[in-house]
Order: sequence, then structure tokens, then C-alpha cells
Amino acid sequence: MKIGIPREVHPGERRVALTPESAGQIQKLGFELQIESGAGQAANFSDTAYEDAGVNVVDGDSVWSTSDIIMKVNAPKAEEIDKLKEGQTLISFIWPAQNEDLMQKLAARKVNVLAMDSVPRISRAQKLDALSSMANIAGYRAVIEASQHFGRFFTGQVTAAGKIPPAKVMVIGAGVAGLAAIGTANSLGAIVRAFDTRPEVKEQVESMGAEFLELDFEEEGTGEGGYAKVMSEEFIKAEMALFAEQAKEVDIIITTALIPGKPAPELITEDMVKSMNAGSVIVDLAAEQGGNCKLTEAGKVVDKHGVTLIGYTDLPSRLPTQSSQLYSTNLRHMLTDLTPDKDGQININMEDEVIRGATVIKAGEITWPPPPPKLSAAPPKPKAEAAPVEVKKKKPLLPPVVKSALLLLAAAGIFYFIGSGAPESFLNHFTVFVLACFVGYMVIWNVTPSLHTPLMSVTNAVSSIIVIGALIQVSSDNWLLVAIAFFATLITSINIAGGFAVTRRMLSMFHK
Amino acid sequence: MMSQGLVTVSYIGATILFILTLGGLSHQETARRGNLYGIIGMTIAVLATVLGPEVVGTTSYALIIIAMLLGGTVGLILARKVAMTQMPELVAILHSLVGLAAVLVGYVNFMGESHLVGVEKVIHEVEIYIGILIGAVTFSGSVIAFGKLSGKIGGKPLILPARHFLNLALLILAIWLGDSFLAAAEHGEGTWQLLAMTLIALAFGVHMVMAIGGADMPVVVSMLNSYSGWAASATGFMLSNDLLIVVGALVGSSGAILSYIMCRAMNRHFLSVIAGGFGTGGGTVVAAEGEQGEVFPIDAEETATLLANAKEVMIIPGYGMAVAQAQHMVNDITKHLRDAGVNVRFGIHPVAGRMPGHMNVLLAEAHVPYDIVYEMEEINDDFPNIDVSVVIGANDIVNPSALEDPNSPIAGMPVLECWKGKTTIVLKRSMASGYAGVDNPLFFKENTRMLFGDAKESLEAVFKGLP
Repeated sequence: MKIGIPREVHPGERRVALTPESAGQIQKLGFELQIESGAGQAANFSDTAYEDAGVNVVDGDSVWSTSDIIMKVNAPKAEEIDKLKEGQTLISFIWPAQNEDLMQKLAARKVNVLAMDSVPRISRAQKLDALSSMANIAGYRAVIEASQHFGRFFTGQVTAAGKIPPAKVMVIGAGVAGLAAIGTANSLGAIVRAFDTRPEVKEQVESMGAEFLELDFEEEGTGEGGYAKVMSEEFIKAEMALFAEQAKEVDIIITTALIPGKPAPELITEDMVKSMNAGSVIVDLAAEQGGNCKLTEAGKVVDKHGVTLIGYTDLPSRLPTQSSQLYSTNLRHMLTDLTPDKDGQININMEDEVIRGATVIKAGEITWPPPPPKLSAAPPKPKAEAAPVEVKKKKPLLPPVVKSALLLLAAAGIFYFIGSGAPESFLNHFTVFVLACFVGYMVIWNVTPSLHTPLMSVTNAVSSIIVIGALIQVSSDNWLLVAIAFFATLITSINIAGGFAVTRRMLSMFHK
Repeated sequence: MMSQGLVTVSYIGATILFILTLGGLSHQETARRGNLYGIIGMTIAVLATVLGPEVVGTTSYALIIIAMLLGGTVGLILARKVAMTQMPELVAILHSLVGLAAVLVGYVNFMGESHLVGVEKVIHEVEIYIGILIGAVTFSGSVIAFGKLSGKIGGKPLILPARHFLNLALLILAIWLGDSFLAAAEHGEGTWQLLAMTLIALAFGVHMVMAIGGADMPVVVSMLNSYSGWAASATGFMLSNDLLIVVGALVGSSGAILSYIMCRAMNRHFLSVIAGGFGTGGGTVVAAEGEQGEVFPIDAEETATLLANAKEVMIIPGYGMAVAQAQHMVNDITKHLRDAGVNVRFGIHPVAGRMPGHMNVLLAEAHVPYDIVYEMEEINDDFPNIDVSVVIGANDIVNPSALEDPNSPIAGMPVLECWKGKTTIVLKRSMASGYAGVDNPLFFKENTRMLFGDAKESLEAVFKGLP
């Protein structure tokens, strides 16, 4: 089958759905590739580079008319939809929930449509999850854009000319974009705080170097498929109070809160914006879906109450080479899943959970939304009935104080018995014995668990010190005793040599 | 020739060196030096004894040299030839030698003339009796443990009817024989009591270890380690030799602490392990509740992709890795992934394998750097950050029912909580249950994938699949 890649017509779009690098791998699946001349220009991929990779460079019209599969970044515009032919397959971002109109028009063209944004978020589909790869770039770029408009250092410095405090960044929503933003801001030296309604991301947030802001409130925000869900009113109230308090403190706010298929929740009110320090920056990654702050304008940078609000919707496109690379790799994985036989023929197998989720139109029939995914990135909570996880403890017969007192008494009794009955010579040895037990106790607890096996083999060798008992009997007059002593010396020697040698062998293997 | 005073001083030096040996094991860097101290200590002790006043005559020297050369050669060959996976067997059989030596030394002492009188003589006889007793139990127990570990004897616990009473009867018999022995020894007799007791002790050792299941083997091995120490200590009392007493006490407490650590890692009482039979001590074994759900298989190629795309990987090895000899393949994969920037670490459960620290030794043999090998307590909290956990031939140590199901036979045992990570891949031959005979709900978790087959072959396929 022939795959065509048209040039993106969306204004300002610099990405392209195919890179020369992934072209080779797609060809291995048995596909023929053609690309519209100049399609990769904005992402720094020249026509020659594509030709070198074996891709036909053709004009725009022939891409649409002679390809079986069209791969794009953005959802097609009206004029592009008209170029689609019956039976063709389109793979691109679609956003079926927000674009009902587009879906109807595409269905009318009797084509197959696979939406890269509808790939289910399960672990097997991670490699074709274009949303994550784009979100990662968006999160990085959001910090870079913020630093562009923020007239100060991110990192704190102590200079001869005075002390510069580090910038404080708050990231709302710790999805892929949020985590990327946290990581970037952190590596620039800022103090980063992050908030998310899903408590289980706390560790991820902390692992990226941010402080996780917590509400004193019981409600879990994990929805289906690893996304957040809409929270209750009380929760939102508590959350808003937290943001209001933070807004007074932080210099940069990056919001990434999105709920699939719904307008973005308003998290930063006008009052909060007013309370922020002059020169602060808000980057609203949800600008396209209405924004987490109502003052943001999609696609623009505006100044409100002395605060710069960045509402760019094309952040991934601002790093075109890399975003193209990642996106085209996602597409390649999608194609790999579609062509299990590697024969250049795609098979839209609706039994496959991943392909089922991504296919929004099949042969002109709208198949969106798919049935809910079976797997969630986070394991679902165990059923309520399993909740009382209490290992029944046997009630101790005696309270611990009495028990230890009894033990002490018993020990004292034994010592008294020994002390009153035993002769001096025995007591000397007994003293040595008890002290040695204590030394052993102290020393052994320090042994690192990874060396427990060498410990056993070396103690084994050491305990062959019993050989001394045999050695002193070798000079006996009784031949039987000599024979036994000889044999005992023999076997303990096996132990001594074997134990030390094997310990040495083991220890020599441990290395950093 | 050395005087008795010089010998004693040499013994003190040896004692200190032995303590330093154990102290050196507190860290990998100092461990090798520790082993060297041990060798020096042993050499000093043996030389001092041989050159001391108690060993006289050329024949004696010749005999000693022959015995030591012969034994030493055998020992060196054993140490060189043994595969790291067979370490537990080697340690077990070496323990049996210490036990046997203790028995022999005991008999030699009993048969040799004694100048002691009165209470001292009685004490001396008690010491002989106890020394032989412990030595015999250590000997037969270690031989059985060796058989079980090397697969010559089945791993299943052998539970005789009324075995606790049997043990009790043996104990009472041993005490009674002891009493009779002391009475007889007054007149220089008592050989048959001593022999009868030895047989009873041997039977007791066999019976004790036979009743213990394969999963409890780490406890048994460390317990026998401890016994061999106490046997040496008892011999020390018998010979009035402080060096033996000290070294025996060191080894004995070392083994006891190891046993304690192992028991704690399995959340079991030492006594219930010794009483034997996993799953039989804690009441009825519960059948799995309701249906099991389905398992999600995965192939090697997908595993490779998952690993290559992960940032944090945790490998959890178990006895199955040792059986399949897969540790070298594990290292190859680890190296490859680490070079690609994936943070691969190892999580080791204290009772993984058949003896304490078994997994660490295997991984070290395969050249896995020890600073990426972590203990359970160090890494259990990290699992929520782990993208992929790879469980290789382990079962009970990753069983969530230990925490979730209070009726489970392994309830309360600390386990590696790998299911808290994003994905867990379990390498397993089949769906058979582990040594504890408990079903493992981990396999049915939605974020668990099963890679069936021989661990080594599966890992080879995974390695080939890595980009």
C-alpha cells in the first residue's frame, strides 16, 4: 500500500508526520512512501533527505489522489476533507469529542480514520501514545516560554552584587506535560511545587524534584484510563483556596489540567491573577480547551494585571524537529500494529484493543467512542470487602513487661545455679563464652545482607577451628584414638581449605 | 617448640583475627581483607597447636601433614569446582563435616585419659555428652539438608504422625541416657550410653530437617551454621580451650542471627520453622477465593520493548533464576539497558534462594555491580515509581496475599510489593504454585504480564529483542 504525507496547512504548524529516519522502518513493513514537496521544510527535513531515504517527493494533489493511507499531524481542514477518497485511511489527530462536525464530514467520505489522540492509555500502547510524546514536549517548552517572558533568573544566586532568590514555579496537573515541566523548571534551578487531584502521582512528582502540594481532603481523582476525573464541589473549594494562597507566593504558574471531552476546568481566577507579583507568568497549556485561567487567550501572549499569560496552543510545534521525530515514531508503531504480517497491507483489527480504541471511523461508520478500556495505568482499588486487612494477632499470654521480667529472672536463676555449683575453672571459660556471644552479636548485625552467603562459608571455615581438638590427640598412644584424630583432622582440613577458598572466590566476584 | 604460654598468646592473636574476619564482612570493600585475616588466624592457631607441647613425635607431624594436605586439596578442588548456584549444598555439606569432627573429637576425649576429679570431671563429661549431641545433630541434619538442596531428596516436608511427640520422646530419652551416662562414667564406663545417644541425635537431625519444606531451607542452613558453631564451642569447653569457645560462640551467634533474620523475613517463628511443614502450622490452608481471573501472557519481543521504553526497571530474582542459570543473561540485559540510560536495579528478598544472600552471590558471579543490588527494605517504597518489574523465578516473595489476605498461610510475611509499579513481568515455567503451595494473586493482576518458559531461554529472546 502507498502512504502519503501531505504538507500541514494549519497556520503556524511546523511538524510533519514522517521523518527520513522513520521512513526506512516503515518501508520495511512493506509500504511505499510519498511526501508532498516541502512538507518537512519547517521541521528542518529537506526534500533531498526524504529522497535519500527512498521516499518519493511529489506534489500535493498526487499525494491525496494516489495514496491508500494519509498520515497527518493535525485534523484535516475542510478543503483537505474534500480531497479524501472512499476507502482511503487517514491517520492523524482528530479530537472526536470536540469535533463532531469534522467526524460527520469524514464519515460522509466513507474513509477509515484512526485518531492518534484516541489511542487507549494502556502500557502496551505507550509506544504509539502520541499525546504523551507531544505533552512531554509541550511541558518542556512551556517552561522555556515562561522563562522567555519572565524577567529573572530561575536559579537562585549569591553574587557580590547581592542575593538573587530562586524563582518559584507551581505546576498544576502532573500528567506527562506537567511532569516534563516540573523536570525542566527544576533543572533550571527553580523551586517547583506541583498539585494534582490524583494522590498516587505524588511520588512521580517528588521524583522529578518538586514538592507535592497536598490538600487535607479525602477524595481520589483517578478516573478511567489514568486520566483525572471531575471532582466534588468541596474538593474544588479546598483546591481553589490552595491555589489562591500559592498564587501570592509563586512567580510562574503552569497549568495543564484537562479532563477528556470536557472544557478545561477554571483553576486560576482573575482575583488570583491580581494577587500575583508583577512580572509573574502563567502558562496555560489548556488554552485550546478554554484555558485553566479565563484570562488566557488561545494562541496569544497577553498582559493582564501585570501578569503575562501565555496561551500558545502550538507548543510541540515550536520544537518541530523533535516533535516530528517522536510523532512519526508513534505513527510507525501504529503501522506496525496495523500490519502484523509486514506485507504492506493494513488490517484494522477491531478485536485489538489498541486499534479498536484509535479507530474512530471505519468505512464511513463512526465507531467512536470505543468501549471503555480494560486496563488502567494505576491498578484499581481492591474491593471494599477486602478492606479490613488486619492480620489477626494472637493475644500474647503475658504482657510484654511481665514477659521480659520473667526472662530476666530465668537468666538470673540460671546464672545463680551455674555460679553456685560450678568450679572456678569452668566459670573462667563460661565468662569467655558469654562475652564471645556478645561480641558475635555485635559484629554480626553489622554484616551487610548481601554478604550473608560469604559470611556462612567463612564462619564455616572458622568453625573448623575444632581441628585443634583433633590435633592434640594425634600424639596419643592409643592407635584407635590416633586414627580417629587423623580422620577428624582430614575432614576439618577439607572444611578449612574449602571454606576459605570458596569465600575468597565469592568475594572476588563482588565489584562495583 | 613453643611453650604453653606462647601457644595461649597465639590463640589470643587468632581470636582477634577471627573477630576481625567477621567484622570485615560488614562491607564488600573490607570483606576480602577479612577473609585474609581468617586464613592468617587459622594458620596461626594450627601452627601454634602443632608446635605446642601437646603434639610430639615425628609420626604425629607426618600424620598431621598428610591429613591436612589431603583434606586441603579436596577442599580446594571442591571450592574451585562448585557452581555458585550450588553454594547452599556446599555450605550444608561443609557444616556436616564440622558436626562430624565434633562427634569424633568428643569420642576421642572420652576415650582418652582424664586427670580431672570431682565436679570438674562431671562437668567435663557433661561437656563431652553435649558436644557429641550437638555435633551429631549438626552432622545428620546437614547431610539431609545437602540432600534436599541438591535434589537427591525431595523438597517436600516429610511429616510423620505425632512428630512433636516423637521429638519430645527423643529429647527425654537423650536426657535419660545422659543421666545414665554420668552415673556410668564414674566408673569409667558409659560407652553404650554415648553410642545410643549419638544414634538418637543422628535420628533427631534427620527427622528435624526432613520435616522442613524447601522454602524454609534458608532458615535450616543458617540454623545448622549456628549449630556447627555451638558444637565447636562445646568442644572448647570439653578441651578447656578458650579459642574454640570464642570462635564457636562467634559462629554460633552468627548463625543464630541469620536464622532470626530469615525467620523475620518470612514472618514465622523460629520454633514453627523447626517444627516443620510449611502451611501446616498455621491452621487450615485456605482455598483460593472465588475465581482467579485470567492471566495476560506476553512475548519476549514485547517484553524487550517494555524494558527499552522504561526509565525505572526493578529485577526481582528468585530461586528459579538459580535453577535456570539465568544470572549471566540477566547481567547482559542489565548492562544493555543501563547503557541505554534505563535505571535498572535489583530487589532482593532476604529469603530469595536457598540460603541467606544466595541471590547476591549469583548476581556478583554474573558481574552485576553490587551497588545496584538493593535489599527489600531499601527499595520496597520505590515500587510506585518503577515502570517495569521483572520477576525471575520467584513466587512467594512477591505474593500480595501475604499482605492482603489474613487467612493466607504466608500472611504477614514481608514481600516485595512489585504490583505497585506500572507493569510487572513474571517469568515462570508454568502456573504452578510456589514452595508454600499458595496461589499467587499477583499473576492475575491487571498490570501483570506472564512470560512463560525457561527463564534463561526467555531472557535470551528478550535480549535479542532489545533495540
